[in-house]
Amino acid sequence: MSLLEADAAAVTPLPRQSTGKRLADRAFWVVLFVSFGVAVVGLVALLWYVFDTGWPAFGGRLWRRFPSLDPEIAGARSAVFGTIWVLGITAALAVPIGIGAAVYLEEFASHDRWYTRWIALNIQNLAGVPSIVYGILGLAFIARGPLGLGPTVLTGGMILALLVLPIVIIASREAIRAVPPSIRDGSLALGATRLQTVRRQLLPAAIPGIATGVILALSRAIGEAAPLIMIGAFTYVPFNPTRLDSKFTVLPIQIFDWIGRPQEGFTQLAAAACILLLIILLFMNALAIWLRNRYQQRW
Amino acid sequence: MVSMESPDLGHGDPVRSAPPADIVLTREMQAESVPGAPEPDTRQVVFDIRGLDVHYGPVLAVAEVDLAVAAREITALIGPSGCGKSTFLRCLNRMNDLIPGARVSGSVLYHGLELYGPQIDPVEVRRRIGMVFQKPNPFPKSIYDNVAFGPRVNGQRRGLDDLVEHALARAALWDEVKDKLKKSALALSGGQQQRLCIARALAVEPDVVLMDEPCSALDPIASSRIEDLMVELKRDYTIVIVTHNMQQAARVSDRTAFFTAEIRESGARVGVLVEYDQTETIFTSPSDPRTEGYITGRFG
Repeated sequence: MSLLEADAAAVTPLPRQSTGKRLADRAFWVVLFVSFGVAVVGLVALLWYVFDTGWPAFGGRLWRRFPSLDPEIAGARSAVFGTIWVLGITAALAVPIGIGAAVYLEEFASHDRWYTRWIALNIQNLAGVPSIVYGILGLAFIARGPLGLGPTVLTGGMILALLVLPIVIIASREAIRAVPPSIRDGSLALGATRLQTVRRQLLPAAIPGIATGVILALSRAIGEAAPLIMIGAFTYVPFNPTRLDSKFTVLPIQIFDWIGRPQEGFTQLAAAACILLLIILLFMNALAIWLRNRYQQRW
Repeated sequence: MVSMESPDLGHGDPVRSAPPADIVLTREMQAESVPGAPEPDTRQVVFDIRGLDVHYGPVLAVAEVDLAVAAREITALIGPSGCGKSTFLRCLNRMNDLIPGARVSGSVLYHGLELYGPQIDPVEVRRRIGMVFQKPNPFPKSIYDNVAFGPRVNGQRRGLDDLVEHALARAALWDEVKDKLKKSALALSGGQQQRLCIARALAVEPDVVLMDEPCSALDPIASSRIEDLMVELKRDYTIVIVTHNMQQAARVSDRTAFFTAEIRESGARVGVLVEYDQTETIFTSPSDPRTEGYITGRFG
């Protein structure tokens, strides 16, 4: 005789699922699937259109040739280099300031003060402010007004840095918060100062998360045209930026310009430049995912 | 920076010697300051705590603790959860400073110096009084860098190899890790990680090692290794250990303090020290019925 015996009589039989419930389940599943389908179909249609139109014009000349009035020989060299310059300046400004602000908010600001919470809340809100608003701000205070830098790469980089700063701050705060308090305690208990703890424990441990956030912030910046048009960035620039006060254009502005022209060739070029932009974006996002997976710390 | 004058820590011989002579105040441990009147003892007093209260914001967490910790002994703090023993332990190296709203009043004399005095640098206190935590918390770095971290933040650059080896040997870990010093500390087992944390604390050559339930996350074999290590270490260090495990307190400690949580008229739970005595006395003939109730397993 076995030690345990099933005693079916001891339990009430499990009831069948009612037909109504089963239909409701099914209907719900269909609703979810349709939502998913709309998203995917929209995206695929967009990609198909861009690739179908732009692929014939896609090629090395996009980054080798400067823009021209003749669509047969026009390229986007100045826009590609302008994008690199602007993004470089954006990163150089937004990364240190963003990390600094995040470290302050996480490690030094007193969390129970109303103004700390108020600032943190407003940083979240700033992340949702339309980019054109930053453009107006940049026009009034950076391109003209107090700073008066004009429509230069530096101005563009500063505007986009302001634009992505909230994203960098939020990502960095989350990365720093993800470092367990036990690491902080362990470091302080060994006689490290708070600054040493931040520099030698928290930041190194948070770098993968911060880097991911920075890349995603920059991939937001790379697609922005509105704030740069606002400050007066040019659409036809037949030279690369060489200095911080060079005139410039960027890929989204170049695309916007080409799209507005009547010749068929420019429409194709615009789509080709879109492909280039998409490839750069895809590469940046892949890098972010790789970084996250490669260096993700499991505690 | 501090009134805690001391020989230059971290540059000398890695073998720790007696606590710096100029900060030691040799005093007889005063029997009347300790509830339960233990045997008079002529050992050096490392901590002399009087009337210690800890508040978290408006809440009184620990009240009126009087306790003296003798040098080169293991002092165990036992008691049910929430009785304030960990809070009390964290007062001894000013780790409570880091908790917003935490406030310590009363007197904590460390070798006769007021630990909460205005001249005292809490960073210096934590260098002198090491801490090992409940859950092993190795840094996400190599084994070597974990041990070298303390000396490095204290400005030491040379002689690290010897120091790391010595600290690991002291924590009975050297033989297990000597071939993989550059490997991540997170790859070690829980018990090894905890011994690494002990080695890390020893590498800054502290005077006291505080241990907050160091074995609670470990299996019995790893725990017993840590216990052996504690007994070994008390020849050179003063150890204060918080433990939930009464057998552990009975096995390793010289003195035991029993804390409990009192319910005040206001309904607040406040941690108090019930009884402090030689470990043997606490476990064989405690003078307070609450202690007896706890150690015989009738509550807690």
